[in-house]
Amino acid sequence: MAIQPKKHIMPVQEPSVRARNFKEVATGYTEELAVAEAQRCLNCKNRPCVEGCPVNIFIPEFISKIKEKDFEGAYRTISLSSSLPAVCGRVCPQETQCESKCTLGIKFEPVGIGRLERFVADYHNVNFQGEVEVPVSNGHKVAVIGSGPSGLTCAGDLAKKGYKVTIFEALHLAGGVLVYGIPEFRLPKEIVKKEVETLKKYGVDVETNVVVGKTLTIDELFEEGYEAVFVGSGAGLPRFMGIPGESLKGVYSANEFLTRANLMKAYKEDSETPIMRAKNVAVVGGGNVAMDAARTALRLGAENVYIVYRRSMEELPARKEEVEHAEEEGIKFEILRNPVEIIGYNNPNDKKDFKNGFVTGIKVRKCELGEPDEKGRRRPVEIEGSEYVIDVDCVIMSIGTSPNPLIKNTTAGLEVNSHGGIIVEESTGKTSKTGVYAGGDAVTGAATVILAMGAGKTAAKAIDEYLTEKNKK
Amino acid sequence: MFKIVSRRELNPTVTMMDIYAPLVAKKAEAGQFIILRVDSEGERIPLTVAGFDRKAGTVKIIFQIVGGTTMRLNAKKEGEYLEDFVGPLGCATKTENIKKVCIVGGGVGCAIALPVAQKFKELGCVVHSIIGFRNKDLLILEKEFKDCSDKLTIMTDDGSYGRQGVVTVPLKEAIENGEKYDEVITIGPLIMMKYVVATTKPFGIHTTVSMNPIMIDGTGMCGGCRLTVAGKTKFACVDGPDFNGFEVDFDEAMARASSYAEFEQREREHCCNLFKKEVK
Repeated sequence: MAIQPKKHIMPVQEPSVRARNFKEVATGYTEELAVAEAQRCLNCKNRPCVEGCPVNIFIPEFISKIKEKDFEGAYRTISLSSSLPAVCGRVCPQETQCESKCTLGIKFEPVGIGRLERFVADYHNVNFQGEVEVPVSNGHKVAVIGSGPSGLTCAGDLAKKGYKVTIFEALHLAGGVLVYGIPEFRLPKEIVKKEVETLKKYGVDVETNVVVGKTLTIDELFEEGYEAVFVGSGAGLPRFMGIPGESLKGVYSANEFLTRANLMKAYKEDSETPIMRAKNVAVVGGGNVAMDAARTALRLGAENVYIVYRRSMEELPARKEEVEHAEEEGIKFEILRNPVEIIGYNNPNDKKDFKNGFVTGIKVRKCELGEPDEKGRRRPVEIEGSEYVIDVDCVIMSIGTSPNPLIKNTTAGLEVNSHGGIIVEESTGKTSKTGVYAGGDAVTGAATVILAMGAGKTAAKAIDEYLTEKNKK
Repeated sequence: MFKIVSRRELNPTVTMMDIYAPLVAKKAEAGQFIILRVDSEGERIPLTVAGFDRKAGTVKIIFQIVGGTTMRLNAKKEGEYLEDFVGPLGCATKTENIKKVCIVGGGVGCAIALPVAQKFKELGCVVHSIIGFRNKDLLILEKEFKDCSDKLTIMTDDGSYGRQGVVTVPLKEAIENGEKYDEVITIGPLIMMKYVVATTKPFGIHTTVSMNPIMIDGTGMCGGCRLTVAGKTKFACVDGPDFNGFEVDFDEAMARASSYAEFEQREREHCCNLFKKEVK
């Protein structure tokens, strides 16, 4: 049988329809489509895809199970490596990871590994009736700070090994960036909730409303009998550009805009949380978060949404699928543009004019690409005198974050780098403080869900080794 | 869930509650704040810690009814529960090297100023307090302030109680009459704090202001609470809420505070029963 050169297309909502609702964009493979896509896998010997996965999922093995229509078996295979398959199947940048290594991809499109992973996880979530096997407790307590992707992964892996894990979450809901950051249309919150519920079945406790660094300190956790601590507190304070007008009304950080929309459910008509429902919106930045913010603004009713990015389409750091979806939905890309000022309404004759202080536009300067920087990306060079104003009533800054200072400020002996990121040994996640491990954005600054999960996994392994060794003595 | 241990109305628009939250009570210090949600669909609102009882495990909050959420909070009875209560957040008020302090509170800001005044009293400092209200009916915490102040001046806008006028009048008089304050701490409406700073600046008296901007997570993630302080972007939730008053850009803070004025008005009308009925 000849190999189909292209991935089976995953059904999606029509762009014009989905641009106005918060339901999930892609509706996922059917059983037939999943089996057909699985058939494309060559099951090659050297399994390069596994190397491409930060948590090394047994990819050819789970795909073989799909071929046999043993979907639960496929789920169990994935679960050996990943605690959050329904999440990863949706938000991983597969094109730069597993799928980029796929042998089939040399000649054709690679196998749709992400789509298959998502199918398997969704199948399990709908159909699985049994109980999970709760591991036998080994009597040792581990604290995990933050319930985002790194924390959930670390907690899941340790719980499966028999540790009594407690996750401390600062917000009122578990999930971290999966609930406050990534929007409903890309990752339904029901899915995150299900993944957290599964962890709880393995015996993981989740304590919400606890800010480690304020309510409790890491040293106090040790005093309470926790033998190791994993810090997965995530990204912190949003960065701003430092250009005039960033304090005008209608300027948001992407974190604030998305938190209002997602965690605080401002996207619902009857929500108590206010959000500006602007007509024309500029999002500054080119990452996944920028795409999420732009597409959320569109769904909140904006007529024109612009991505303002200082390099070209080639350099956009966002996941390819998100950029494509954004383009289909009508997001306009103002590339090679650097903002120089945000302009606000000012009526000097009437200080009480309620429009005073609200955004009316963003002034941008055109750029061209120059020499590559240290990361190999071509540097944007501004063209003098090329400024013009884009009329907008809302600006969303999505240019990254700096690590949260709360834990660093209250934990003696925990070393951080000049950016405030916690310093760790890469192969273990070990910090400068005995028994404390860290991973995810708290270490790297803003990165991806799967990299954070990989770090959580690495740390879980190292914590297990550390405690096994320690308790031998 | 967090139990409302006691509830008392201080005046028709201001209510005091003690909430059972032992972890927060254990750590709370004057000047810090908490974030709460009334129910599972509610918004997160920051309120400054108005007191705490470490033994009983309770934290005192005092709030003014300004919008939908505070209206729903006010409707909660003693013995009922709040969905979420997290803290203590922000930095505690600095007390080092201060021997004589003047606390200037305005309106419901006095609720926040009180634990600060009490803290200085406890440390053996000389505490002068000036508290101002629109009128006698809105006066709160008179006895509590009396107990912790060496000198207390009460001002009302209309003269219905205490002296008539704004808080900056007695403050300026005191300074001109030779009171040597190491520090002035002011908590209240932005416009009042702006004028307190304008009053102390010519005399070069270090003045701390307590900022209470719009916030969501309160833990240094969303950036909604940003302010310009000494020309730099600062975040009230982790860098504050106390700042050097001489360095705060008040005009910007006042503009930002009104971002959702229209929305709040709608919410209030939506929540208030009076608007639902035909008022004759």
